[in-house]
Amino acid sequence: MRVEVAYKSSSLDGRARRLLPGMREAWPEASSLRIVDVYLLDIGRELPPDVAAEVFADPVAQEVSVDGSLLAGDPDPDALIEVTSRPGVADPVAATARQAIEARLGAALPPESVVQTAVQYVLAAGGRGAEAGRLERIASSLHNPLIQQAVVLSGDDWRAGARFPPLYPHRVAGSMAEVETFAIDSFDDRALEELSRDRLLALGIEELRAIKAHFSSEEIRREREAAGLGRLTDVEIEMLAQTWSEHCKHKIFSATITYRENGRSETIRSLFATYIRRTTEELAARKPFLRSVFKDNAGVVEFDAGHLLCFKAETHNSPSALDPYGGAITGIVGVNRDILGTGKGAKPIFNTDVLCFGFPETPDAIEGHLHPARVLAGVHRGIVDGGNQSGIPVVAGAFVFDESFVGKPLVFCGTGGLLPSEVLGEPGWTKRVEAGDLAVMVGGRIGKDGIHGATFSSLALDEASPTSAVQIGDPIVQRRMSDFLLEARDLGLFKGINDNGAGGLSSSLGEMAQLSNGVRIELDRCPLKYAGLAPWEILVSESQERMSLAVAPDRIGELLALASRRDVEATQVGVFTDSGRIEVLHGGKLVGMIRLSFLHGGLPAMRLDAEWSGPRRVRLQAVPGAARPSGGLAGTLLALLADPSIASKEPLVRQFDHEVIGQSVVKPFVGERSDGPSDGAVLRPLPESVRGVTVTHGICPGYGAIDTYHMAMCAVDEAYRAHIALGGDPDWACALDNFCWPDPVESARTPDGRFKLAQLVRACRGLREACLAYGLPLVSGKDSMKNDTVLAGRTVSIKPTLLVSLMGMIPDVRSAITSDFKRPGDRVYLLGETRGEMGATSFERTGGASGDDCPRVRPDEALAVYRAFHAARRLVASCHDLSEGGLAVALAESALAGRLGAEIDLEALARASAFDRGQPSAEERLLFCETPSRLLVTVPASDAGPFERFFAGLPAAPIGTVVEGARLSIRRGDARLIDLSIEEIEAAWKAPLGKG
Amino acid sequence: MVVRACVIGGYGINADCELRDAFAMAGSEAARVHVQDLLDRPSEIDRYHILAFPGGFSFGDHLGSGRVLAALFKRHLKEALDRFVSSGRLVIGVCNGFQVLVKMGILPNLRGGWTPEVSLIHNDTGLFEDSWVRLSFNRASPCLWTRGLAEAELPIRHGEGRFIVGSEEIMRRMEESGLVALRYEGRNPNGSLGAVAGITDPSGRILGLMPHPEAFLRPEQHPRWARERFEEGQGLALFRNGVEAVRRNL
Repeated sequence: MRVEVAYKSSSLDGRARRLLPGMREAWPEASSLRIVDVYLLDIGRELPPDVAAEVFADPVAQEVSVDGSLLAGDPDPDALIEVTSRPGVADPVAATARQAIEARLGAALPPESVVQTAVQYVLAAGGRGAEAGRLERIASSLHNPLIQQAVVLSGDDWRAGARFPPLYPHRVAGSMAEVETFAIDSFDDRALEELSRDRLLALGIEELRAIKAHFSSEEIRREREAAGLGRLTDVEIEMLAQTWSEHCKHKIFSATITYRENGRSETIRSLFATYIRRTTEELAARKPFLRSVFKDNAGVVEFDAGHLLCFKAETHNSPSALDPYGGAITGIVGVNRDILGTGKGAKPIFNTDVLCFGFPETPDAIEGHLHPARVLAGVHRGIVDGGNQSGIPVVAGAFVFDESFVGKPLVFCGTGGLLPSEVLGEPGWTKRVEAGDLAVMVGGRIGKDGIHGATFSSLALDEASPTSAVQIGDPIVQRRMSDFLLEARDLGLFKGINDNGAGGLSSSLGEMAQLSNGVRIELDRCPLKYAGLAPWEILVSESQERMSLAVAPDRIGELLALASRRDVEATQVGVFTDSGRIEVLHGGKLVGMIRLSFLHGGLPAMRLDAEWSGPRRVRLQAVPGAARPSGGLAGTLLALLADPSIASKEPLVRQFDHEVIGQSVVKPFVGERSDGPSDGAVLRPLPESVRGVTVTHGICPGYGAIDTYHMAMCAVDEAYRAHIALGGDPDWACALDNFCWPDPVESARTPDGRFKLAQLVRACRGLREACLAYGLPLVSGKDSMKNDTVLAGRTVSIKPTLLVSLMGMIPDVRSAITSDFKRPGDRVYLLGETRGEMGATSFERTGGASGDDCPRVRPDEALAVYRAFHAARRLVASCHDLSEGGLAVALAESALAGRLGAEIDLEALARASAFDRGQPSAEERLLFCETPSRLLVTVPASDAGPFERFFAGLPAAPIGTVVEGARLSIRRGDARLIDLSIEEIEAAWKAPLGKG
Repeated sequence: MVVRACVIGGYGINADCELRDAFAMAGSEAARVHVQDLLDRPSEIDRYHILAFPGGFSFGDHLGSGRVLAALFKRHLKEALDRFVSSGRLVIGVCNGFQVLVKMGILPNLRGGWTPEVSLIHNDTGLFEDSWVRLSFNRASPCLWTRGLAEAELPIRHGEGRFIVGSEEIMRRMEESGLVALRYEGRNPNGSLGAVAGITDPSGRILGLMPHPEAFLRPEQHPRWARERFEEGQGLALFRNGVEAVRRNL
C-alpha cells in the first residue's frame, strides 16, 4: 500500500519554500511546490486508513491519503518527481517507519515485509508544461543516481493516468555463496596483478609476491593441509588486501625512502617513526599528561585526576566525492566510533569539521564529476543531519577553498571524547582481550554496502569506481548503540572494544586478536541485512553502526539482555583464542586461516624515491567570478574579506548544532551580535570544574605551492597560536596530524611522484621541527595518500595538505579570551614581528604582485611572544590571531565582531619592519602579509603600562586605539590607507556565502 | 522534602545530561531514566515529582519531530501521566521534548483527552538553526515554571519549531487563559504564530518550550559573557521555579 503525507497547505512547508527558488532557476514558470512524504508498504496485511494516518501524519498540520492521491480535487499538477533509494542503500526513515508500525500494531512485522520511503515533489506552473530537459535538470538536483533513483511524470503523463509504482525494486542481487580459491603458487607476476586488479585489491606486486611466497612455503602448506584447507581462498586474499591497504597500514608513511636534494642523498626508514613517533617520544618526558599515543583508535591524554580526553580525526574524501551527503555522515559517525572504541570506551563530546572544496563559483566542473557547489551543499547537509542527530556539537572547523580540490574534496571529521581515568579498577585507556573471551558484534547488520572501502580509498578515483563503496550512516541507530555501550562499560560487561570501520570485521577482530593472539570467526552467526552475501563479503563489509566487543563468557548473558532492553542487536560471532591465527569458518567449514604474524607483520616495506629540486611554484588562481579589486588598499581589503576561504561561514555553521550538551564557552561566533569569527573553541567538559579544553586547527595548503616544509610549520603555528590566543596553557596541548596528499609514488600515471614524495618528506620535517619547538606532542594521526582524480585522461591532483588539529587545556574557562574589540579607548597592539611575506598568500588571489616569499615560522621567537602573552593574559580585553589576509583582515574582523571602530597608525610598525622597496609595496605588506605567529591584542588604556612590561625586548607594537563610531581607519603617518565603515566590511565579508 | 526529577533518555534524545544537571543545580535529585524502562514499568514515574523530556532527535524525527516517541508514551503511559499531573506533579519538555508533548496532545490539552490541538512544524526557513534568541515571559500565565520571570536570552537549536494551531478558536482560548508562557522578542526565528516560543496547559504544571533553558546555567555559556556581566545563567530560575512549586504544593 502507498501512504502519502503532506502539509495541508504548501505555505506551511518551510522545506518547499527553501527548495522552490532553486527549481525556478531551472524552470522559471514553476509557481508552487508541494513536498509529499511517501511510505510504501508490503507487510502482508492492510493498515486501516485511520491507523495509517495515526502512524504517519500529524493531524493538526498534515493530510494523508492511503492508496489514492493527495492531489485528488486539486488542479492537475504540471510536473511530479519522486525520489527513492536504490536497493540495498540504507534508509533510516524506513527503518523507523517499520518500528512505528510494529509499535502501533503491538506485533513484529513478518521478516519478508517491505517498508520503503520516497519523497515526491509536485510542481505547478499555471498549466504550462516544462520544456524538454528542465524537469530532468530539477530531478538531477534532487537526487544522486549512485544511491537513489528519480521517476519524473509530466503534467501530460499525469492527466493520461500515469502514476508512480506501488513499490520500488528492493532486492539486492545475491553473490556466490561458494568460496573461490586460487592456485597462487603457480601465478606469475601478470596473473598476480590481474588478480589484484579484477578484485579491486589495490595490492602492489611486492605485496602479491609476499603473499604468494607465504602461501607456497612448505610450512604453511603443511599447516593448511592439517587443518583441511587447500589453496588460498577469496576470504583470505580479501582479508589481506583490506588489512594491508594504504588506508589501514599507512604503507607510504612506513616506506624506506631515499631522499635526494642538491646531489646529497639520505635514507629515511619510515616517515612515521622518524618524524612523528620520535617527536612525541622525545617530548614525552616533559608532557606527563600523555596516556596512550598511536596505539589505540585515538590518542589519550589525562585531563584531570578523574578524567581522560581522547581525540582523533579522519578523512572521508573518496566517498564524499561520489556521494557528498552520505560520505559526510559516514565520516562523522565513523570517527565517533573511533572514540567509542578508544580504551574502555569514551563518550564523544565534540566534533570538528575541516572541509576543502573547489570554489563554489567554479564555471564548469569536470565531466562526470559533481560540481564543487553541489559537493559543498551535500557535505554540508550531511554534517547538519549526521552531526545534529548524533547529539555531538560541532565546535570548531574550517572551510578552505582552492582550485585543486575540484576533483576530490577533503572532508576531515574529528571527534573528541571523555572517559573516566578508571573503569571498575582498571585504567580507562587500556583494553583487555584474552583467549576464551567471546567476540561480539554490536549494532547494525551486515549488507553489501561499503564493500572495498579501504582498498577503494587507496585507488585513484575514476569512472570505474565501485558504487558499493558508498554507505550512508544512520546517526540514530548509532546513538542507540553508543548509549548502550557506555551503560555496558560502566557495568563492566565487556573487556575490550573496537570499532568496525574500514575492512569491517576482518579489521576490527583482526586488531583485537593481537591482544589475545588469535580469533576464530563464525560467519554463519553474523546477522545479515538480506541473504546472498558471499563469505568474504560478510567479513570485509563496512556496513555502518557496528562495534566489536570482547566479552568474558560469564558476562555474555547480562550483556545480551541489556542489549535487547536497549533495542540494540548484539551477536556472538566468534571467540578469541591464543592460536596465533585468525580462523574463519563458514557453513561449519574452515574457509580462511592466516597467521597473525603474517597478517600484521608480513607486509614488505615499500622502497620509494624522493627528489627535491627546489620549489615548483604554482600561482594561486583568482577566486572565480571575483572582479579584480579596485579602490586601492581598501578595495583589496574588501576583496580579501569576500574570498570564500576568509568570508563569513555563518549561514552554513548556524545550521550545525554547536552547543548541545552545554559545554561551549567560546563558540564559533563571538561579539556584540555574535557574528564575529572566533579563533577556535573553548569547552568546559565537566560542570563541576572550571578547567577547560581548547580546540583549534591549522591548515594552509596554499603555502605548499612554494614549500611544504614551511606549510607544515605554519599549520602547526596556526593551531598553536589560536590555542594561545584563546588563553590556553602554552605547556599543555597535543595535536593530531592528518595528511592528504596526491599520489607520491612515481609511476606512469604519476611521473612527478618523486617530487610529491619529497614534498611529503619536507612537510614531515616541518611538522617535527615546529612540534618539538612548541612542545606539542602528536598523539594520533592519519593519512590519505591518493587524492587524484583521473577523468578523460587528465589527472587532477589536490595540493598537498596537512591538517593540524590541536586539543589544549585552559586552567580556568572564565579567563578565556575572545576576538571582538571590547571597549572604546582600549589600546591596540600587534604582537610578533611583521616580515612581509606575500608569496602564495590570499593576497595572491587578488591578482597583486606577491613575490615568492612564503610565510615562515621562527618558532623560538614566536614562543617567547606566546609565553609573554600568556603571562599578561589577565590584562587583555581581546585577542585575535592573524591568519589569511594578515593584519587588515584581523582588524576588520575584530572591529566587526565588537561593532566598534579603530584608529590605526602603521608608522611605528613600518619603522620596525624593514621591507625591500618595490612590489608588493610596503603598505601592502604591512596590511596583508601573512607572517605567522602574530596576535592582534587590545588592552584597557589603564593597563597599557603593565601590559607592555611583559614584552620588554619582544616585538609588541602599539598600533592604535579602539574608538566609538563604527569606522576602521588605517593610516601610515599622514597617509590614509584605508577608511571603511563596519557596514562596508560586513557587506563584503558576508556576501559570498550569504545565501546559505 | 527531597524533590525528585526524572529526566528521560535513549532513542536519540541527546540533551539529557545537561537537563539533569539543571535540576541538580536547582536543588532537586535528578536521575536519567531510559525510555524503555518507563515503558516497561509505567508506575516507575510515581517515584518522581517532575518528569522532564529533553531535547534531541528521538527516533531521528523521522516521521515528524517527536511523533514516534509521543505515540509510545500515549500508548503506554497515558494513564500514569494523567495521574501524575492531576496529583500536582510537574512536566517539562524542551525542544524535542516540547514537540513530544504537543504531539501526544497533553499540551495544551484545552479540551482534555489529549487530542492534538497545536503543532510544531518545519521552520519557515526550511533550515535547522542554532542561535540565541530574546524571550519575554507572560506574567499573566498560570505556568508554575515561568512564575515571576520577565525576560531571558536562551539558545534555540531546532529545524522544526514553528508553532501553529488547529484553529483560530484554539489560539483565542490559549491567549485568554494565558497559556502562551513565553514568546520570541525581536526576531521570530522560525515563523511561529504569535511568536510563540513556549506554552503551558490550563493547570500551569506542564511547560513545553523550544529554547533551551538548560543550556544557560552558568554565565560563560552566554555568547557575550566576555562582554557583559551575568550573575548566573538565565535558564536556572525556571528550574528553581519547578522545584519550588513541587515543594510548595506537595
